[in-house]
Amino acid sequence: MSHSLVTMSYIVATILFIFSLSGLSNQETARKGNYYGMLGMAIAIIATALSASVTSYAILMVALLIGGAIGARAALKVEMTQMPELVAIMHSLVGMAAVLVGYANFMDSSISLVGVEKNIHEIEIYIGILIGAVTFSGSVIAFCKLSERISGKPLLLPGRHWLNLCLLVAAIVLGWMFLQQTENGGGSLPLWIMTGIALVFGIHMVMAIGGADMPVVVSMLNSYSGWAAAATGFMLSNDLLIVTGALVGSSGAILSYIMCRAMNRNFISVIAGGFGTGSGGEAAVVEGEVTPISAEETAQLLLDAKNIMIIPGYGMAVAQAQHTVNEITKLLRDKGKKVGFGIHPVAGRMPGHMNVLLAEAKVPYDIVYEMDEVNEDWAHVDVSIVIGANDIVNPSALDDPNSPIAGMPVLECWKGETTVVLKRSMASGYAGVGNPLFVLENTRMLFGDANATMQAVLKALKG
Amino acid sequence: MKIGIPKEIHPGEKRVATTPEAAEQIIKLGFSVLVESGAGLAANISDEAYKEVGVEIVDNAKTLWKSADIVMKVRAPEQHPELALDEIDMLSEGGRLISFIWPAQNEELMQKLAAKNATVLAMDSVPRMSRAQKLDALSSMANIAGYRAVIEAAQHFGRFFTGQITAAGKIPPAKVLVIGAGVAGLAAIGTAKSMGAIVRAFDTRPEVKEQIESMDAEFLMLDFKEEGSGTGGYAKTMSKEFIEAEMALFARQAMEVDIIITTALIPGKPAPKLITEGMVKSMKPGSIIVDLAAEQGGNCALTEKDQVVVKHDVTIIGYSNLPSRLANQSSQLYATNLRHLLTELCPEKNGTINVNMDDEVIRGTTVIKEGKITWPPPPPKLSAAPAPQTEAPAYSAAQEQQKPSVIKQFMPLVIAGLVLFGIGSVAPASFMTHFTVFVLACFIGYQVIWNVSASLHTPLMSVTNAISGIIVIGALVQVSAQDQNISILAGLAILIASINIAGGFLVTRRMLEMFRK
Repeated sequence: MSHSLVTMSYIVATILFIFSLSGLSNQETARKGNYYGMLGMAIAIIATALSASVTSYAILMVALLIGGAIGARAALKVEMTQMPELVAIMHSLVGMAAVLVGYANFMDSSISLVGVEKNIHEIEIYIGILIGAVTFSGSVIAFCKLSERISGKPLLLPGRHWLNLCLLVAAIVLGWMFLQQTENGGGSLPLWIMTGIALVFGIHMVMAIGGADMPVVVSMLNSYSGWAAAATGFMLSNDLLIVTGALVGSSGAILSYIMCRAMNRNFISVIAGGFGTGSGGEAAVVEGEVTPISAEETAQLLLDAKNIMIIPGYGMAVAQAQHTVNEITKLLRDKGKKVGFGIHPVAGRMPGHMNVLLAEAKVPYDIVYEMDEVNEDWAHVDVSIVIGANDIVNPSALDDPNSPIAGMPVLECWKGETTVVLKRSMASGYAGVGNPLFVLENTRMLFGDANATMQAVLKALKG
Repeated sequence: MKIGIPKEIHPGEKRVATTPEAAEQIIKLGFSVLVESGAGLAANISDEAYKEVGVEIVDNAKTLWKSADIVMKVRAPEQHPELALDEIDMLSEGGRLISFIWPAQNEELMQKLAAKNATVLAMDSVPRMSRAQKLDALSSMANIAGYRAVIEAAQHFGRFFTGQITAAGKIPPAKVLVIGAGVAGLAAIGTAKSMGAIVRAFDTRPEVKEQIESMDAEFLMLDFKEEGSGTGGYAKTMSKEFIEAEMALFARQAMEVDIIITTALIPGKPAPKLITEGMVKSMKPGSIIVDLAAEQGGNCALTEKDQVVVKHDVTIIGYSNLPSRLANQSSQLYATNLRHLLTELCPEKNGTINVNMDDEVIRGTTVIKEGKITWPPPPPKLSAAPAPQTEAPAYSAAQEQQKPSVIKQFMPLVIAGLVLFGIGSVAPASFMTHFTVFVLACFIGYQVIWNVSASLHTPLMSVTNAISGIIVIGALVQVSAQDQNISILAGLAILIASINIAGGFLVTRRMLEMFRK
């Protein structure tokens, strides 16, 4: 295939990728969008494989097939509750691929550039590997945190900001050394050291971030993986890589921004880590007594209600309660009740996590609402059920200026008639913040594993 | 410990202090429960129903009182009509009693109980605070009384409550006036409203206006400024001028309404006389007055306690045992109140009670502890008062943050501009074309992603994940290099990236398939 033809295919692939992302603007077009993406990817790979520069098809085919098989298996096996982990580990793969491509390019002696162009090329390699390595190690730690292989608590080393600064300065100094040494054909040592520093930086960065900030981290790493691809594109002078990387990078950046806004947190402060350490005075202590309720009473409450709102949180994912919740929803809807779901943008451990879980349980998506859609309607809600959520329904975010989550928009379920909170025990949420909602007069606490209690409610509803 | 529930002996008292459901829960707390045979019959609860949940049935009252460590009753102890024996005498020395006591009105009874070295918890003395709501028997009984008051009125009222237009003519809706919007008053308002009547309500406490209006009833405003709220959520006695204005309002209303339900009580005092004989006379023939304050002397001048009387063509109902007339329901609620009290008394669920006088709820409820009269309790501390919050420093901090934000906003722009200028001054043309593409792509991405629905954020992440597998192109162009090492690195990169591509697209497809209407 001629060079122009390959370029033309790349343009087609780029357009298809853009269609793919814009298709996700709503559920009807989303599936088509995904197929556009697949088509774009197929065109890009086939065009590249047929181009003049590719000759060793054996390695290519074997690697593609093995990789494809592993990927397909993972995609079909994964539980929907494990989606955040899968996404995190896939980010790490992009990072690793960027590192490998960067090293391969560095070792490639056939490229003959001179002067500024050569310098720029070296910087591109350097930056590509840097971003790739940070993405890789950061995503691996995010994966471990999400799958609870390591604790979700933020690890706060003393002087961590200074440590980060030192690492950054070291990376810049090494970059300068790298440029000097490549003049003479060397430079592998600074590159290796820098890779190590980048890996440490990635680990340290994600270790310092608490579990509640995980949606931000996951979308941030998504963004990084895009920038890594874009940097590789610069390195290889490949516009397709640049465009695609930029698309993915800005997508992740916007998601991070949306997540930060949903928690009323500054992006920099999330990345710097250490949740709530910078807040001013003492947060007001929650006082009062909770009113427990039994599953049977909850069922009665639901039967007496007309308008029901369900607020799922990470606890629903942990307990795998989404199927039971769907059955209850169906039952109540058959009885002529209005049932809706209110989704907070940061519910769960990844943007849109709850929507996917509810979709998996076959909850129709037109009764799943966003926070802004439901927050005006609480006065008409008779019963709201909070399943395994805490911080996203915390009234102190609105009325206690000293709360660590002050200013974060929350689902104002306490404005409805009655709120039933499903909770394993009286522990505070991931943010470690007490929740005055639990002691409000119109709140009832239903203690126990979310799935077991929902099953009991379902049984009581049927019986 | 053994908990004994005797049969109520007060004439007309149909309630019982525990139900099988409550007994089951009490047994779970580690107690054993004894019930006198036939205790629940009047409330439609058979001895068998008790036996089923593990309650022991005791044949006669004497044995029960003797063997129980704790006796739970509805009414205060009194003379047993069949045994010719006072219940207090049956209570064992140093025994424990939980029931309604009314210590203010029953001084003699208190002395007798104290002489027995008894520990007595009075269900009428539960402090009015949010934590104690679940054991507030006065509220749960008042709720029933309010409901029943409307039912009694309906029974004696010769017309419909709801308005109708039928072929046989137009039926006007009944007009109901509820005086006093406490628990009973609100229950009456709700019941009357749901039967279709036009409901008006009056209370001296202005803060209940909202509650009345929330039940769709009309709050009768008095053109007079005086705060009527006393301590603990009850009303207080009002000034003479206020009462005159109030009486004028009632006199006007009496001529208009069909049914008056009065629930006005001031703790520790005889009920205020609100409806005079003149007002009764002015009411339409066939009208009804239900006086829930009959026990304390009545809100209506013509009320006779426990009697239904017709005076000046107006039926005046003075039943003082309205909860008992809904015996099963009131037994259930009262039993649940008692169960909650036991849960408070027995926090370790080991079947023994601990009358912990440091606990505000238990302190308030306990009127005699081991022979010592502890009534009246010290005034309750208001735990609901919000802790003062230090808002001021937080605000000033926010303001300080805002000032440098102008610089903060422009700094990135300035830096970005300088960086672009720096790059532009040294970079070769080939780099600049790529850079142009890059910046434009970022803007396209920005435009496209903002349109993505929030519910599809997870599929968005997985699809971008797959798309960022495009890095495979970088590896593809290198895989055919001469250098063996490069080929291996590139091959590995292809393998890894293709995991991403296949995995990302397939999992996205799987997810999107699940989104169904």
